[in-house]
Amino acid sequence: MSSFIFRRLILMVPTLFMISLISFIIIELPPGDYVTSYIANRMAMGDDVRQDEIDALVIRYGLDQPAPVRYTKWLVNALQGNFGFSFEWSLPVSDLIWERLGLTVVVAFAALIFSWIVGLVVGIFSAVYQYSLGDYIFTALSFIGLGTPNFMLALIMMWVAFAYFGTNISGLFSPEFVDQPWSFAKFGDMLKHLWAPAIIVGTAGSAGLVRTMRANLLDELSKPYVETGRAKGLNETRLVFKYPTRVALNPFVSTMGWALPQLVSGSIIVSVVLSLPTTGPLLLRALLTQDMYLAASFLLMLSTLTIIGTLISDIMLALLDPRIRMGG
Amino acid sequence: MSADPSLSGQTQTASETSAATGDLLGADVVDADTYLSVEEEEERIYIATPLQMMWWRFIKHKMAIVGAIVVIILYLIAIFAEVLAPYNPETYEVALTYAPPQRVHFFHNGEFQGAPFVYGLTQARNPDTLRMEFQTDETVRYPVRFWVEGDPYKLWGLIPNSRHLFGIGEPIYDASAGEAAEAPFSTIFLLGADKLGRDMFTRIIYGSRISLSIGLIGVALSFVFGVVLGGISGFYGGVIDVLIQRIIEFIRSVPSIPLWMALSASLPQDWSNIRVYFGITIILSLIGWTFLARAVRGRFLSMREEEFILAARFAGAGEMRIILRHMVPSFFSHLIASATLAVPAMILSETSLSFLGLGLRPPTISWGVLLQESQNLRSVALAPWLLLPGVFVIITVLALNFFGDGLRDAADPYH
Repeated sequence: MSSFIFRRLILMVPTLFMISLISFIIIELPPGDYVTSYIANRMAMGDDVRQDEIDALVIRYGLDQPAPVRYTKWLVNALQGNFGFSFEWSLPVSDLIWERLGLTVVVAFAALIFSWIVGLVVGIFSAVYQYSLGDYIFTALSFIGLGTPNFMLALIMMWVAFAYFGTNISGLFSPEFVDQPWSFAKFGDMLKHLWAPAIIVGTAGSAGLVRTMRANLLDELSKPYVETGRAKGLNETRLVFKYPTRVALNPFVSTMGWALPQLVSGSIIVSVVLSLPTTGPLLLRALLTQDMYLAASFLLMLSTLTIIGTLISDIMLALLDPRIRMGG
Repeated sequence: MSADPSLSGQTQTASETSAATGDLLGADVVDADTYLSVEEEEERIYIATPLQMMWWRFIKHKMAIVGAIVVIILYLIAIFAEVLAPYNPETYEVALTYAPPQRVHFFHNGEFQGAPFVYGLTQARNPDTLRMEFQTDETVRYPVRFWVEGDPYKLWGLIPNSRHLFGIGEPIYDASAGEAAEAPFSTIFLLGADKLGRDMFTRIIYGSRISLSIGLIGVALSFVFGVVLGGISGFYGGVIDVLIQRIIEFIRSVPSIPLWMALSASLPQDWSNIRVYFGITIILSLIGWTFLARAVRGRFLSMREEEFILAARFAGAGEMRIILRHMVPSFFSHLIASATLAVPAMILSETSLSFLGLGLRPPTISWGVLLQESQNLRSVALAPWLLLPGVFVIITVLALNFFGDGLRDAADPYH
């Protein structure tokens, strides 16, 4: 087992290296850089920008060096926890990203929990009561859930909450907590706001899980051992939960690997709509203003998060299924 | 394959001996046409082409048929957008900002009118909120007329015309009403109006053109990448295979939306709309191809060992001939089904990107661009119909999913 984990950890290194390289290249792609757009803005405002001022800015941000040099510097510093400097915020990138990344993880995790609970409960129900009214309703709902872009769901929920209940479900904190340091009260306040993004981000995933869970459990329920158990007079509830459900659970863990990138991706757009203090809005802004170190660091860290998530899911799967442990 | 009808002479003997084949396939087909005798039935199956059998399996999926019909209607709407839309998408009337959807009526004062009509819209100040609000003026009726003169357009940019499928005719005033205080707006806004008083129905119809075509073109691009790279990977194996598989795994491990966002943000701002359109399409297919490549590779790997490939090789067929004549035809239908299932994902991605302001930009009209207006909660509360483009997205995605599922089951019943 430990050799399996070790092997996977070693494999992560080249992947992360590639991601850092590609993040940097993508951010470098657009013509011009932050200083040119900054100066263009100043000029547009009627400001006279002196050449030595421009030079000073260029040197200050290291933009006079060729891209490979900047990349190497950025990477070496990033390995030491220094992700460079955000032009727009005039703050070190590391001051900006950690809390937002943390909250992104919280939102993605809450969405995962939501989709697991819904997937499990509804999936089992739909399989056990196949072709019942409830099954049809849930099947229809899960198809709609799969087809609805989650930002659309966010818009609809915001509108319904605003127009019919007079509440605002955007944000992750009540106004009085936004600028406060972390405390138990703030944490509790966050939990009160977390349900909306969790449901919105988790819906597509839970719809998928309901489909898988239903199909798997149906396969299991028709197997002879279930029939045997029933013939021996086993209580129906016990019969369903004791073996078939456990066997059908495997895909929950195995799909977690690719569910995570989707959850992180989904939470980005949803957080822009709901203006959550997560990575989404800041990344969008950084990309639009060519705040390159900030954007590249976000890309790098989001990908890292995903890869770690995939690793965790692989380890859990290996724990569950010895074939994977031995084969890999 | 017994595709040639001239072979049917042999079926009599063959069908008796090959009861197993008949059962195997018959199980699928019996429901499709129960009125044939068993013999006819077996003969029918025996001489059926693969395409026919696919068709029989496909029409058994009720939802897939519904999906297919909806998809066809949607694409027809996109093709004939200029004719179907009652207005030009850029025709605006600021006075009609956020005008509500007008309902089509048949009854006026409880009397059946014989033809559909809409009531006139007027504006009045709400005494409580002091805001201008729209009201229906039930004293003025605009009959819905078909094939009427309207904003001139060029169908597909070629054929000049000014007739629209429907529009409104001359108003009919109620005798009892007398002079209306303010002349009502003569409009037919089935789905309301946007911020600039442009008809939402028209704009959604025009938006379908971009939104639906970006899915097709994007998938076509990923199809080419996917088939070529997946084919190379599966056919040659070895180092190339490992390399391509690593690349695919890598692309998939990166969360797609941030990657798309970064790539689209890097499209130069001064690009023309058409270049941005193709840029976005290419960006979307950069990730889309991996799924098709996986499918193709899997097929190649499993098929490389099949007897008929071996036989072809022994018979001296070249690599290209084996690939193109023997391998590709046997998994092509499955690929088409996978590609169909990839279209909705493309449409969703384009919508999301445009919604964020990173994809297509106005004046290009796509469903995502239309949804940008609904980012503002206040305008949505005031004009919920701004969310309607999203409903079209959902319908399209659902229909394509059902259609694709049915197609996949039909193309590959054992998978």
